[in-house]
Amino acid sequence: MELNNAEYTKVVDALKSRFPNSINDIGVPYETLTLSVDSAEIKNIIAFLASEELGFSFLTDVCGMHYESTDELGVVYHIHNLYTNTRIRLKTRLPKSKPEIDSVTSIFKSANWQERETYDFFGIIFKGHPDLRRILNMDEMDYFPLRKEYPLEDGTRTDKNDSMFGR
Amino acid sequence: MIESLKNKDLSEMNLNTINLGPTHPATHGIFQNVLTMDGEKILHAESTVGYIHRAFEKLAEHRPFNQITPITDRLNYCSSPINNFGWEMTMEKLLGVQLPKRVEYMRVIIMELARIADHVICNSILAVDTGALTGFTHIFQQREKIYEIYEEICGARLTTNIGRIGGFERDFNDKTWKKIKDFVQEFPKAFKEYEALVNRNRIFMDRTIGTGAVSAEEALNYGFTGPNLRAAGLDYDVRVMNPYSSYQDFDFTIPVGKQGDSYDRYMVRSAEMWNSISIIKQALEKMPDGPYHADVPEFYLPPKQDVYTKMEALIYHFKIVMGETKVPIGEVYHSVEGANGELGFYLVSDGGRTPYRLHFRRPCFITYQAYAKLIEGSVLSDAIITMSSLNIIAGELDA
Repeated sequence: MELNNAEYTKVVDALKSRFPNSINDIGVPYETLTLSVDSAEIKNIIAFLASEELGFSFLTDVCGMHYESTDELGVVYHIHNLYTNTRIRLKTRLPKSKPEIDSVTSIFKSANWQERETYDFFGIIFKGHPDLRRILNMDEMDYFPLRKEYPLEDGTRTDKNDSMFGR
Repeated sequence: MIESLKNKDLSEMNLNTINLGPTHPATHGIFQNVLTMDGEKILHAESTVGYIHRAFEKLAEHRPFNQITPITDRLNYCSSPINNFGWEMTMEKLLGVQLPKRVEYMRVIIMELARIADHVICNSILAVDTGALTGFTHIFQQREKIYEIYEEICGARLTTNIGRIGGFERDFNDKTWKKIKDFVQEFPKAFKEYEALVNRNRIFMDRTIGTGAVSAEEALNYGFTGPNLRAAGLDYDVRVMNPYSSYQDFDFTIPVGKQGDSYDRYMVRSAEMWNSISIIKQALEKMPDGPYHADVPEFYLPPKQDVYTKMEALIYHFKIVMGETKVPIGEVYHSVEGANGELGFYLVSDGGRTPYRLHFRRPCFITYQAYAKLIEGSVLSDAIITMSSLNIIAGELDA
């Protein structure tokens, strides 16, 4: 993958030399540097990005994903370096049977509710999170609604057949 | 819990637990905070959110792209056009649609009007919470004028569903241009009067200076964006950092505060309104001629009268509504400077009729988690001021 941006090359080189086995896939879709990283190393990678050396001091966004084709879950992080105005996207994949990943709340306090939201909707367990409870849904809910297997509407209805309209 | 109480036996202290919300006349929305109080002082606060959660992200996975715009209305409903355009720009980025300059300038005008409308609400309600009702009743006339402009363009006032993917549904008519020009003339006069009433008002200053203060480091760590972050002294503005919709063509400043308290947030919003007026004036001056939408018939919904009379328009209408047009596979993050901060859209497309995943980065949701920390140690009446000045909008908080 050609990185035609000096800042991207610098970040990728630094990450590659520090975590040679954890950076899998590098791309720049729609001008955002996107790395697929090993979920076990995520906390170290984000701590390294947030350190003064690289200066990614702002966690823009944390969100969950459900990759239906491989039936894996994932967490996507968007981190922003406000000095050089570089955005980076980190993508992780987790097995659905054991969706556990380290929490980054100790690095970014803004991750707190965003991780709770991800847990709430995808059931991803953030290890080390100070208060991992549901946030937007009710506490009694026993499923994770943004996973693809949960239909928006009652699956027993037959009067609303959408099969002719795409998905 | 505030530090000095960590090791004390609270059961002996005769504390009260009160519920501030979920419906409370002073919180302007559905917010619940469980407060542990010692007399008038808040020792511990816990926020509960989700009372108006409407599952927008799940809904979005089941809707064609053009039907997601009305969902975004309901995020920050005080400035819906910014959300609408933010979503449309995300789609245009995914599709690689290049817009005519005229459309971008028209969008800038509407977005800045929306920013003024949003800041007017925040600043005047903040004054109401400190006891100054007069300014609020006076300045709300101006918000009404902005809503009349929306009405002229799209027919709606609050949940605007303005614009289309690829441009506007119709050109602005003469009445719209006149209303915008009148507004640019009239608003500064009215707003000057409002500022004269409130800015240096002794009671207002006493209530807001020093309440809900947050340092720049804390604000950054808590993920603050927009006026709340700028009040703490950091000049991060998406319009300048990652210009969208031709914001690079306009000359404006980023106002910053120093203390990060309620008064600074108020002042930053005030200064931003003056900037918005200046941006609208520049856009009106430079407004180029041209079409009001991009020439992308496979994505831009054709006008309804054409659908009824022209074969081509009917075919494209059918294809768009039925999801027969080819959408690239990919993932896009696009953010706009919403009235409360960076409003982001993370869209993952698998080439289907609907998004595979759409995540909204909602500034209120991220900002609000600091609220409990901000009010611990303050008195109850200051907690109300702090919430007002953070401009937390329930629709955006709960999505």
